[in-house]
Amino acid sequence: MSMSKNAKINTLLLLVVAALAVLPLALGLGDHKEEPFAGADGEAEGAITEIDPGYEPWFTPLYEPPSGEVESALFALQAAIGAGVLAYYFGVHRGRRQGEARARAAYEKNAENAENAENAETAASPSGD
Amino acid sequence: MHIAEGFLPPVHAVAWSAAAAPFVIHGVRALTREVKSNPESTLLLGASGAFTFVLSALKIPSVTGSCSHPTGTGLGAILFRPPIMAVLGTITLLFQALLLAHGGLTTLGANVFSMAIVGPWAGYGVYRLLRRFDVPLMGAVFGGAFVADLSTYCVTSVQLALAFTDPSSGFLGALGKFGSIFAVTQIPLAISEGLLTVLVMRLLVRSSKGELTRLGVLLTRKQSQAAQAAKGAQAAEGTEVESR
Repeated sequence: MSMSKNAKINTLLLLVVAALAVLPLALGLGDHKEEPFAGADGEAEGAITEIDPGYEPWFTPLYEPPSGEVESALFALQAAIGAGVLAYYFGVHRGRRQGEARARAAYEKNAENAENAENAETAASPSGD
Repeated sequence: MHIAEGFLPPVHAVAWSAAAAPFVIHGVRALTREVKSNPESTLLLGASGAFTFVLSALKIPSVTGSCSHPTGTGLGAILFRPPIMAVLGTITLLFQALLLAHGGLTTLGANVFSMAIVGPWAGYGVYRLLRRFDVPLMGAVFGGAFVADLSTYCVTSVQLALAFTDPSSGFLGALGKFGSIFAVTQIPLAISEGLLTVLVMRLLVRSSKGELTRLGVLLTRKQSQAAQAAKGAQAAEGTEVESR
């Protein structure tokens, strides 16, 4: 498969991002932890209780997803909404560019045809005269 | 990763909210002005907000053996300047606080201050600085997005260290603790965010050249200086004509 230089660079960018996310997992960098790859916010809560064992959160979330599954669904929803809007943006612009290119091509073709017709007319007119 | 609900003492919660509020109000004004004067930019504004939505939903494993997520605020700050990003970032944080129990309402002010104010300003500052030194666009975009991401979590660490000073090692000890949890974890994620922001900017350069030119993103330092000079000359001419 041949790719343009542009597509190659974009693919490379995505591959590096993927590698940065996968390498810590593949190298087992969380193995030394009781709970590998937990959230940094949860760890910060642990550090707070370590520094100030008496601290009690004085407010609780108004709504809390009832399970880890529902929570991950809502996170996926957030990513999906964002990805949808981004895809819409780039789709609209791609469509616009294609439409412009087509309109330009049609215009040039028309102009060419008109020119040819004119040339044919001037070429034909002396003999008809 | 934001500060969880109820995890900042009331005084700190109120203080950070008070500090963040003016930036958000100013941002709302800037956003309305932008939409009114350039209605065609609405779509790109939406895309900038959407980028933050996607990136702050992705919890990614890091070298420290824990997970965190990028912020996605660098892109919007570079395109539309930081005040507008203060609004878009706040919307994202509100969504997560209300629906995902991630972050919180009492810690919203502190989280807005780190992710929607300091991050965008720091990232934008670095981007402008790099452009001034004639760093190519994509290099400056990477630097801006990287700093926007990392500085957010440095601020989070400072906020927590201020609220929970370590009884034995004091503020700096606590800062070391929270910094090792948030900031160190964030370094590879900030690199990822920089690369993803470059990717989106590359797509934008191809698809939306006109828009980027209007926003001044595609101008080199010399071109923007020339544009400024032309504007200045025009203004001077205008006043001359008026004074006649």
